[in-house]
Amino acid sequence: MDTLMAIIYAVLVLGLLGAILGLVLAVASKLFEVKKNPLLEPISNVLPGANCGGCGYAGCSAFAQAVIDGTADPGGCVVGGEDCAAKIAEILGIEVKKNMRIAAFVNCSGGNNAKKKFQYIGIKDCHAAMRISGGPTECAYGCIGLGSCVNACPFGAISLVNGVAFVDHERCTGCLKCVNTCPKHVIHPVPYYADVNVACSSHEKGAVLRKICNIGCIGCKICEKTCQYDAIHVIDNLASIDYEKCTGCGECALKCPRHLIVDSKLDRSPVVSESTAVSN
Amino acid sequence: MSIASLFSIALGAILVENYVLVQFLGICPFLGVSKKTDTAFGMGMAVIFVMTIASAATWLVNKFLLIPLELEYMQTVAFILVIAALVQFVEMFLQKSMPSLYQALGIYLPLITTNCAVLGVALLNIRADYSFIESIVNGAAAATGFTLALLLFASVRERLQFADYPKAFDGFPIALVTAALLAMAFMGFSGLKVF
Repeated sequence: MDTLMAIIYAVLVLGLLGAILGLVLAVASKLFEVKKNPLLEPISNVLPGANCGGCGYAGCSAFAQAVIDGTADPGGCVVGGEDCAAKIAEILGIEVKKNMRIAAFVNCSGGNNAKKKFQYIGIKDCHAAMRISGGPTECAYGCIGLGSCVNACPFGAISLVNGVAFVDHERCTGCLKCVNTCPKHVIHPVPYYADVNVACSSHEKGAVLRKICNIGCIGCKICEKTCQYDAIHVIDNLASIDYEKCTGCGECALKCPRHLIVDSKLDRSPVVSESTAVSN
Repeated sequence: MSIASLFSIALGAILVENYVLVQFLGICPFLGVSKKTDTAFGMGMAVIFVMTIASAATWLVNKFLLIPLELEYMQTVAFILVIAALVQFVEMFLQKSMPSLYQALGIYLPLITTNCAVLGVALLNIRADYSFIESIVNGAAAATGFTLALLLFASVRERLQFADYPKAFDGFPIALVTAALLAMAFMGFSGLKVF
Protein backbone atom coordinates (compact mmCIF):
# COMPACT_ATOMS: atom_id res chain seq x y z
CA MET A 1 0.00 0.00 0.00
CA ASP A 2 2.89 2.28 0.83
CA THR A 3 4.37 1.94 -2.66
CA LEU A 4 1.02 2.71 -4.24
CA MET A 5 0.63 5.78 -2.07
CA ALA A 6 4.15 6.93 -2.95
CA ILE A 7 3.39 6.56 -6.66
CA ILE A 8 0.10 8.46 -6.40
CA TYR A 9 1.81 11.12 -4.31
CA ALA A 10 4.63 11.57 -6.87
CA VAL A 11 2.18 11.69 -9.76
CA LEU A 12 0.07 14.26 -7.96
CA VAL A 13 2.96 16.54 -7.08
CA LEU A 14 4.55 16.42 -10.52
CA GLY A 15 1.18 16.72 -12.22
CA LEU A 16 0.45 19.78 -10.14
CA LEU A 17 3.87 21.22 -10.95
CA GLY A 18 3.25 20.61 -14.65
CA ALA A 19 -0.21 22.15 -14.46
CA ILE A 20 1.10 25.26 -12.69
CA LEU A 21 3.92 25.68 -15.19
CA GLY A 22 1.47 25.15 -18.04
CA LEU A 23 -0.81 27.79 -16.60
CA VAL A 24 2.09 30.22 -16.22
CA LEU A 25 3.06 29.62 -19.85
CA ALA A 26 -0.50 30.10 -21.01
CA VAL A 27 -0.75 33.39 -19.13
CA ALA A 28 2.69 34.43 -20.40
CA SER A 29 1.77 33.69 -24.00
CA LYS A 30 -1.16 36.09 -23.67
CA LEU A 31 0.86 38.61 -21.71
CA PHE A 32 3.87 38.66 -23.98
CA GLU A 33 1.97 38.19 -27.20
CA VAL A 34 3.67 39.85 -30.14
CA LYS A 35 1.19 40.93 -32.76
CA LYS A 36 1.97 39.31 -36.07
CA ASN A 37 0.36 40.10 -39.36
CA PRO A 38 -2.23 37.36 -40.04
CA LEU A 39 -0.92 37.16 -43.61
CA LEU A 40 2.59 36.26 -42.47
CA GLU A 41 1.91 32.61 -41.89
CA PRO A 42 0.13 31.76 -45.18
CA ILE A 43 2.86 33.57 -47.12
CA SER A 44 5.61 31.80 -45.21
CA ASN A 45 3.90 28.52 -46.01
CA VAL A 46 4.02 29.01 -49.78
CA LEU A 47 7.68 30.01 -49.71
CA PRO A 48 10.20 27.20 -50.20
CA GLY A 49 11.57 27.54 -46.67
CA ALA A 50 15.17 26.93 -47.72
CA ASN A 51 16.29 30.23 -46.12
CA CYS A 52 18.87 30.55 -48.89
CA GLY A 53 18.94 34.35 -48.80
CA GLY A 54 18.74 34.62 -52.57
CA CYS A 55 16.09 37.32 -52.24
CA GLY A 56 18.45 39.52 -50.25
CA TYR A 57 16.59 39.08 -46.96
CA ALA A 58 17.71 37.15 -43.90
CA GLY A 59 15.40 34.23 -44.57
CA CYS A 60 12.01 33.19 -45.87
CA SER A 61 10.05 34.75 -43.01
CA ALA A 62 11.98 38.02 -43.33
CA PHE A 63 11.13 38.05 -47.03
CA ALA A 64 7.46 37.35 -46.24
CA GLN A 65 7.46 40.31 -43.86
CA ALA A 66 9.06 42.50 -46.54
CA VAL A 67 6.41 41.47 -49.07
CA ILE A 68 3.65 42.40 -46.62
CA ASP A 69 5.35 45.72 -45.91
CA GLY A 70 5.47 46.34 -49.62
CA THR A 71 9.25 46.71 -49.76
CA ALA A 72 9.73 43.47 -51.72
CA ASP A 73 8.06 42.23 -54.87
CA PRO A 74 6.16 38.92 -54.59
CA GLY A 75 8.30 37.64 -57.46
CA GLY A 76 11.45 38.27 -55.46
CA CYS A 77 11.84 34.66 -54.39
CA VAL A 78 14.20 33.19 -56.94
CA VAL A 79 13.81 29.63 -55.74
CA GLY A 80 10.03 29.53 -55.67
CA GLY A 81 9.74 31.06 -59.12
CA GLU A 82 6.50 31.92 -60.85
CA ASP A 83 4.25 29.49 -58.96
CA CYS A 84 5.33 30.90 -55.65
CA ALA A 85 4.94 34.50 -56.85
CA ALA A 86 1.45 33.77 -58.13
CA LYS A 87 0.41 32.19 -54.84
CA ILE A 88 1.75 35.10 -52.80
CA ALA A 89 0.02 37.57 -55.09
CA GLU A 90 -3.22 35.63 -54.64
CA ILE A 91 -2.93 35.81 -50.85
CA LEU A 92 -2.23 39.51 -50.94
CA GLY A 93 -4.66 40.17 -53.78
CA ILE A 94 -2.16 42.09 -55.88
CA GLU A 95 -0.59 41.79 -59.32
CA VAL A 96 2.82 40.24 -59.84
CA LYS A 97 5.26 42.51 -61.58
CA LYS A 98 7.24 41.37 -64.57
CA ASN A 99 8.80 37.98 -64.10
CA MET A 100 12.32 38.52 -62.91
CA ARG A 101 13.56 34.95 -62.62
CA ILE A 102 17.29 34.81 -63.03
CA ALA A 103 19.88 32.12 -63.41
CA ALA A 104 23.64 32.07 -63.12
CA PHE A 105 25.73 31.77 -66.25
CA VAL A 106 29.47 31.20 -66.47
CA ASN A 107 30.81 33.76 -68.93
CA CYS A 108 33.84 31.68 -69.77
CA SER A 109 34.52 28.59 -71.80
CA GLY A 110 38.28 28.62 -71.41
CA GLY A 111 39.26 25.78 -69.12
CA ASN A 112 41.28 23.29 -71.11
CA ASN A 113 41.08 25.60 -74.12
CA ALA A 114 42.99 28.31 -72.28
CA LYS A 115 46.73 28.48 -71.84
CA LYS A 116 48.19 28.15 -68.35
CA LYS A 117 50.90 30.36 -66.89
CA PHE A 118 52.08 27.63 -64.57
CA GLN A 119 50.90 24.38 -63.12
CA TYR A 120 49.05 24.99 -59.88
CA ILE A 121 49.42 22.39 -57.17
CA GLY A 122 47.79 23.34 -53.89
CA ILE A 123 44.50 23.75 -52.11
CA LYS A 124 41.65 23.07 -54.52
CA ASP A 125 40.15 26.50 -54.10
CA CYS A 126 39.99 29.39 -56.56
CA HIS A 127 40.59 32.03 -53.88
CA ALA A 128 43.82 30.32 -52.84
CA ALA A 129 44.95 30.01 -56.47
CA MET A 130 44.14 33.67 -57.08
CA ARG A 131 46.76 34.69 -54.52
CA ILE A 132 49.54 33.29 -56.69
CA SER A 133 49.92 35.98 -59.34
CA GLY A 134 46.21 36.03 -60.09
CA GLY A 135 45.75 32.34 -60.71
CA PRO A 136 47.23 29.79 -63.10
CA THR A 137 45.27 30.79 -66.20
CA GLU A 138 47.03 33.09 -68.66
CA CYS A 139 43.75 34.89 -69.30
CA ALA A 140 43.20 37.43 -66.53
CA TYR A 141 39.43 37.22 -66.96
CA GLY A 142 38.88 33.48 -67.22
CA CYS A 143 37.59 30.74 -64.96
CA ILE A 144 40.30 29.17 -62.78
CA GLY A 145 38.39 25.91 -62.76
CA LEU A 146 39.10 24.75 -59.21
CA GLY A 147 35.45 24.69 -58.27
CA SER A 148 34.89 27.20 -55.46
CA CYS A 149 31.49 27.80 -57.05
CA VAL A 150 30.79 24.05 -57.11
CA ASN A 151 31.22 24.01 -53.33
CA ALA A 152 29.23 27.20 -52.88
CA CYS A 153 26.17 25.99 -54.80
CA PRO A 154 23.55 24.73 -52.33
CA PHE A 155 21.58 23.04 -55.10
CA GLY A 156 24.33 20.99 -56.75
CA ALA A 157 23.82 22.81 -60.04
CA ILE A 158 27.45 23.52 -60.89
CA SER A 159 29.99 21.05 -62.16
CA LEU A 160 33.39 21.30 -63.78
CA VAL A 161 33.25 20.38 -67.46
CA ASN A 162 36.37 20.47 -69.56
CA GLY A 163 38.17 22.48 -66.88
CA VAL A 164 35.59 25.22 -66.61
CA ALA A 165 32.61 25.68 -64.32
CA PHE A 166 29.27 24.90 -65.91
CA VAL A 167 25.84 25.76 -64.49
CA ASP A 168 23.06 23.25 -65.00
CA HIS A 169 20.29 25.57 -66.12
CA GLU A 170 17.51 23.26 -64.94
CA ARG A 171 18.85 23.05 -61.42
CA CYS A 172 19.92 26.67 -61.04
CA THR A 173 17.52 28.54 -58.74
CA GLY A 174 19.21 31.89 -59.13
CA CYS A 175 20.32 32.26 -55.52
CA LEU A 176 23.59 33.71 -56.87
CA LYS A 177 25.81 32.21 -54.18
CA CYS A 178 28.28 31.29 -56.94
CA VAL A 179 28.24 34.82 -58.35
CA ASN A 180 29.34 36.15 -54.99
CA THR A 181 31.90 33.42 -54.47
CA CYS A 182 33.79 33.49 -57.78
CA PRO A 183 37.05 35.41 -57.26
CA LYS A 184 37.32 36.10 -61.00
CA HIS A 185 33.74 37.41 -61.20
CA VAL A 186 33.20 35.26 -64.22
CA ILE A 187 29.73 34.03 -63.23
CA HIS A 188 26.93 36.50 -63.87
CA PRO A 189 23.20 36.60 -63.29
CA VAL A 190 21.27 36.42 -66.56
CA PRO A 191 17.53 36.28 -67.20
CA TYR A 192 16.42 32.67 -66.83
CA TYR A 193 14.69 32.75 -70.19
CA ALA A 194 17.59 34.39 -72.02
CA ASP A 195 18.17 32.32 -75.14
CA VAL A 196 21.67 33.44 -76.02
CA ASN A 197 24.59 34.11 -73.74
CA VAL A 198 28.21 34.99 -74.38
CA ALA A 199 30.51 32.42 -72.82
CA CYS A 200 33.52 34.69 -72.47
CA SER A 201 34.56 37.54 -70.18
CA SER A 202 37.86 38.55 -71.74
CA HIS A 203 38.48 42.15 -72.69
CA GLU A 204 41.82 41.27 -74.34
CA LYS A 205 42.38 42.38 -77.89
CA GLY A 206 41.80 39.69 -80.47
CA ALA A 207 45.47 39.26 -81.37
CA VAL A 208 46.47 38.81 -77.73
CA LEU A 209 43.57 36.55 -76.97
CA ARG A 210 44.24 34.17 -79.85
CA LYS A 211 47.58 33.35 -78.27
CA ILE A 212 46.19 32.46 -74.85
CA CYS A 213 42.79 30.92 -75.54
CA ASN A 214 41.41 28.75 -78.28
CA ILE A 215 37.86 29.84 -77.79
CA GLY A 216 37.56 33.34 -76.25
CA CYS A 217 35.87 36.34 -77.85
CA ILE A 218 38.17 38.13 -80.28
CA GLY A 219 35.90 41.12 -80.74
CA CYS A 220 35.43 40.55 -84.47
CA LYS A 221 31.98 42.21 -84.40
CA ILE A 222 30.41 39.60 -86.67
CA CYS A 223 27.64 39.12 -84.12
CA GLU A 224 27.05 42.86 -84.00
CA LYS A 225 26.68 43.03 -87.76
CA THR A 226 24.48 39.94 -87.84
CA CYS A 227 21.98 41.06 -85.23
CA GLN A 228 18.88 42.65 -86.74
CA TYR A 229 17.62 43.90 -83.41
CA ASP A 230 20.62 45.96 -82.28
CA ALA A 231 20.83 43.69 -79.25
CA ILE A 232 24.46 42.59 -79.26
CA HIS A 233 27.42 44.91 -79.16
CA VAL A 234 31.14 44.50 -78.88
CA ILE A 235 32.22 46.70 -75.98
CA ASP A 236 35.92 46.75 -75.04
CA ASN A 237 36.67 43.75 -77.26
CA LEU A 238 33.89 41.65 -75.78
CA ALA A 239 30.46 40.85 -77.13
CA SER A 240 27.68 41.68 -74.70
CA ILE A 241 23.98 41.10 -75.07
CA ASP A 242 21.25 43.60 -74.28
CA TYR A 243 18.63 41.22 -72.90
CA GLU A 244 15.90 43.85 -73.20
CA LYS A 245 16.27 43.90 -76.96
CA CYS A 246 17.30 40.31 -77.64
CA THR A 247 14.57 38.25 -79.27
CA GLY A 248 16.48 35.01 -79.05
CA CYS A 249 16.62 34.46 -82.81
CA GLY A 250 19.99 32.79 -82.42
CA GLU A 251 21.58 34.25 -85.57
CA CYS A 252 24.63 35.51 -83.67
CA ALA A 253 25.21 32.08 -82.19
CA LEU A 254 25.27 30.57 -85.66
CA LYS A 255 27.61 33.20 -87.08
CA CYS A 256 30.11 33.44 -84.22
CA PRO A 257 33.42 32.14 -85.60
CA ARG A 258 34.55 31.08 -82.12
CA HIS A 259 31.24 29.30 -81.29
CA LEU A 260 31.15 30.90 -77.89
CA ILE A 261 27.69 32.41 -78.07
CA VAL A 262 25.51 29.73 -76.53
CA ASP A 263 22.04 29.32 -77.97
CA SER A 264 19.97 27.56 -75.36
CA LYS A 265 17.25 26.60 -77.85
CA LEU A 266 19.77 24.43 -79.61
CA ASP A 267 21.92 23.22 -76.81
CA ARG A 268 22.72 24.20 -73.24
CA SER A 269 25.73 21.95 -72.99
CA PRO A 270 29.13 23.53 -72.35
CA VAL A 271 31.07 25.00 -75.24
CA VAL A 272 33.73 22.65 -76.57
CA SER A 273 36.17 23.86 -79.13
CA GLU A 274 36.77 21.68 -82.16
CA SER A 275 40.43 22.56 -82.33
CA THR A 276 42.79 20.88 -79.89
CA ALA A 277 43.67 22.52 -76.61
CA VAL A 278 46.48 25.03 -76.43
CA SER A 279 49.66 23.28 -75.46
CA ASN A 280 50.75 24.32 -71.99
CA MET B 1 32.16 29.86 0.32
CA SER B 2 34.86 32.29 -0.62
CA ILE B 3 35.68 33.92 -3.93
CA ALA B 4 38.59 31.49 -4.18
CA SER B 5 36.37 28.41 -3.96
CA LEU B 6 33.99 29.88 -6.56
CA PHE B 7 36.95 30.51 -8.85
CA SER B 8 38.06 26.94 -8.29
CA ILE B 9 34.60 25.65 -9.24
CA ALA B 10 34.51 27.84 -12.35
CA LEU B 11 37.97 26.82 -13.56
CA GLY B 12 37.19 23.19 -12.88
CA ALA B 13 33.94 23.35 -14.84
CA ILE B 14 35.52 25.16 -17.81
CA LEU B 15 38.72 23.16 -18.22
CA VAL B 16 39.15 20.13 -15.99
CA GLU B 17 35.59 18.82 -16.11
CA ASN B 18 34.70 20.26 -19.52
CA TYR B 19 31.15 19.11 -20.20
CA VAL B 20 31.68 18.20 -23.82
CA LEU B 21 35.23 16.95 -24.02
CA VAL B 22 35.65 15.29 -20.64
CA GLN B 23 32.14 14.37 -19.47
CA PHE B 24 30.67 13.85 -22.98
CA LEU B 25 27.49 15.79 -22.32
CA GLY B 26 25.85 17.85 -25.05
CA ILE B 27 27.51 15.97 -27.91
CA CYS B 28 24.51 16.51 -30.19
CA PRO B 29 24.89 20.30 -30.62
CA PHE B 30 28.66 19.83 -30.45
CA LEU B 31 28.51 17.91 -33.73
CA GLY B 32 25.39 19.56 -35.11
CA VAL B 33 26.11 23.29 -34.99
CA SER B 34 29.88 23.27 -35.27
CA LYS B 35 30.26 23.79 -39.00
CA LYS B 36 30.69 27.55 -38.76
CA THR B 37 32.19 29.60 -35.97
CA ASP B 38 29.42 32.21 -35.95
CA THR B 39 26.62 29.66 -35.52
CA ALA B 40 28.74 27.94 -32.87
CA PHE B 41 29.09 31.26 -31.09
CA GLY B 42 25.33 31.89 -31.22
CA MET B 43 24.64 28.43 -29.84
CA GLY B 44 27.25 28.93 -27.13
CA MET B 45 25.70 32.18 -26.01
CA ALA B 46 22.26 30.56 -25.84
CA VAL B 47 23.68 27.69 -23.79
CA ILE B 48 25.37 30.05 -21.34
CA PHE B 49 22.09 31.91 -20.94
CA VAL B 50 19.92 28.83 -20.44
CA MET B 51 22.34 26.87 -18.28
CA THR B 52 22.78 29.74 -15.83
CA ILE B 53 19.07 30.32 -15.28
CA ALA B 54 18.37 26.57 -15.34
CA SER B 55 20.93 26.00 -12.57
CA ALA B 56 19.24 28.63 -10.44
CA ALA B 57 15.71 27.41 -11.12
CA THR B 58 16.40 23.71 -10.59
CA TRP B 59 18.28 24.40 -7.37
CA LEU B 60 15.26 26.28 -6.05
CA VAL B 61 12.86 23.55 -7.15
CA ASN B 62 15.00 20.89 -5.53
CA LYS B 63 15.45 22.78 -2.28
CA PHE B 64 11.93 24.04 -1.74
CA LEU B 65 9.80 21.42 -3.48
CA LEU B 66 11.50 18.06 -3.89
CA ILE B 67 13.43 17.82 -0.62
CA PRO B 68 10.55 18.90 1.69
CA LEU B 69 8.20 16.48 -0.09
CA GLU B 70 10.82 13.70 -0.10
CA LEU B 71 10.60 13.32 -3.85
CA GLU B 72 14.33 13.55 -4.68
CA TYR B 73 14.08 10.43 -6.82
CA MET B 74 11.87 12.39 -9.24
CA GLN B 75 14.63 14.95 -9.89
CA THR B 76 15.21 14.05 -13.54
CA VAL B 77 11.55 14.31 -14.51
CA ALA B 78 10.92 17.44 -12.46
CA PHE B 79 14.02 19.16 -13.86
CA ILE B 80 13.13 18.40 -17.47
CA LEU B 81 9.68 19.87 -16.82
CA VAL B 82 11.03 22.98 -15.13
CA ILE B 83 13.79 23.62 -17.68
CA ALA B 84 11.45 23.17 -20.65
CA ALA B 85 8.84 25.51 -19.17
CA LEU B 86 11.51 28.02 -18.17
CA VAL B 87 13.05 28.16 -21.66
CA GLN B 88 9.63 28.60 -23.22
CA PHE B 89 8.84 31.38 -20.80
CA VAL B 90 12.17 33.13 -21.37
CA GLU B 91 11.69 32.87 -25.12
CA MET B 92 8.29 34.56 -24.92
CA PHE B 93 9.65 37.19 -22.57
CA LEU B 94 12.58 37.96 -24.87
CA GLN B 95 10.39 38.14 -27.95
CA LYS B 96 8.29 40.79 -26.27
CA SER B 97 10.81 42.87 -24.40
CA MET B 98 14.17 42.32 -26.11
CA PRO B 99 13.53 41.57 -29.79
CA SER B 100 17.16 42.09 -30.77
CA LEU B 101 18.41 39.49 -28.29
CA TYR B 102 15.56 37.22 -29.37
CA GLN B 103 16.68 37.57 -33.00
CA ALA B 104 20.23 36.64 -32.04
CA LEU B 105 19.36 33.65 -29.85
CA GLY B 106 16.01 32.84 -31.46
CA ILE B 107 16.80 29.69 -33.41
CA TYR B 108 19.05 28.21 -30.76
CA LEU B 109 16.92 28.71 -27.66
CA PRO B 110 14.30 26.01 -28.33
CA LEU B 111 17.06 23.67 -29.54
CA ILE B 112 18.65 23.45 -26.11
CA THR B 113 15.47 23.06 -24.07
CA THR B 114 16.11 19.40 -23.50
CA ASN B 115 19.84 19.36 -24.11
CA CYS B 116 21.52 16.79 -21.88
CA ALA B 117 24.24 19.25 -20.88
CA VAL B 118 21.57 21.54 -19.41
CA LEU B 119 19.91 18.68 -17.54
CA GLY B 120 23.35 17.37 -16.62
CA VAL B 121 24.42 20.59 -14.94
CA ALA B 122 21.22 20.63 -12.90
CA LEU B 123 21.70 17.06 -11.68
CA LEU B 124 25.42 17.42 -11.06
CA ASN B 125 24.86 20.59 -9.03
CA ILE B 126 22.63 18.59 -6.70
CA ARG B 127 25.01 15.65 -6.58
CA ALA B 128 27.95 17.91 -5.69
CA ASP B 129 25.82 19.49 -2.96
CA TYR B 130 26.48 23.00 -4.17
CA SER B 131 24.90 26.07 -2.57
CA PHE B 132 22.69 28.41 -4.60
CA ILE B 133 25.54 30.74 -5.61
CA GLU B 134 27.88 27.83 -6.31
CA SER B 135 25.24 26.21 -8.52
CA ILE B 136 24.87 29.36 -10.59
CA VAL B 137 28.65 29.76 -10.95
CA ASN B 138 29.01 26.12 -11.88
CA GLY B 139 26.21 26.41 -14.46
CA ALA B 140 27.65 29.52 -16.08
CA ALA B 141 31.19 28.12 -16.07
CA ALA B 142 30.13 24.75 -17.46
CA ALA B 143 28.33 26.57 -20.28
CA THR B 144 31.40 28.71 -20.90
CA GLY B 145 33.42 25.51 -21.18
CA PHE B 146 30.83 24.17 -23.60
CA THR B 147 31.12 27.34 -25.70
CA LEU B 148 34.91 27.14 -25.63
CA ALA B 149 34.88 23.53 -26.83
CA LEU B 150 32.27 24.32 -29.49
CA LEU B 151 34.21 27.33 -30.80
CA LEU B 152 37.52 25.43 -30.89
CA PHE B 153 35.88 22.53 -32.68
CA ALA B 154 34.11 24.79 -35.19
CA SER B 155 37.36 26.61 -35.97
CA VAL B 156 39.12 23.32 -36.60
CA ARG B 157 36.25 22.12 -38.81
CA GLU B 158 36.40 25.31 -40.85
CA ARG B 159 40.08 24.67 -41.48
CA LEU B 160 39.37 21.04 -42.31
CA GLN B 161 37.64 22.18 -45.49
CA PHE B 162 41.03 22.85 -46.99
CA ALA B 163 42.73 19.80 -45.53
CA ASP B 164 43.69 16.88 -47.70
CA TYR B 165 42.39 13.84 -45.83
CA PRO B 166 41.32 10.51 -47.33
CA LYS B 167 37.94 10.65 -49.05
CA ALA B 168 36.55 7.86 -46.85
CA PHE B 169 36.87 10.20 -43.86
CA ASP B 170 34.72 12.88 -45.44
CA GLY B 171 32.02 14.35 -43.20
CA PHE B 172 31.36 12.88 -39.77
CA PRO B 173 34.33 10.49 -39.52
CA ILE B 174 36.90 13.28 -39.74
CA ALA B 175 34.79 15.38 -37.35
CA LEU B 176 34.84 12.57 -34.81
CA VAL B 177 38.60 12.10 -35.20
CA THR B 178 39.00 15.83 -34.60
CA ALA B 179 36.74 15.66 -31.55
CA ALA B 180 38.80 12.78 -30.17
CA LEU B 181 42.03 14.75 -30.59
CA LEU B 182 40.46 17.77 -28.89
CA ALA B 183 39.24 15.58 -26.03
CA MET B 184 42.75 14.15 -25.60
CA ALA B 185 44.16 17.68 -25.52
CA PHE B 186 41.72 18.54 -22.75
CA MET B 187 42.90 15.48 -20.79
CA GLY B 188 46.01 17.56 -20.20
CA PHE B 189 44.02 19.69 -17.76
CA SER B 190 43.06 16.70 -15.62
CA GLY B 191 45.79 17.27 -13.05
CA LEU B 192 45.08 20.98 -12.78
CA LYS B 193 44.11 22.07 -9.28
CA VAL B 194 44.03 25.59 -7.98
CA PHE B 195 43.33 25.03 -4.30
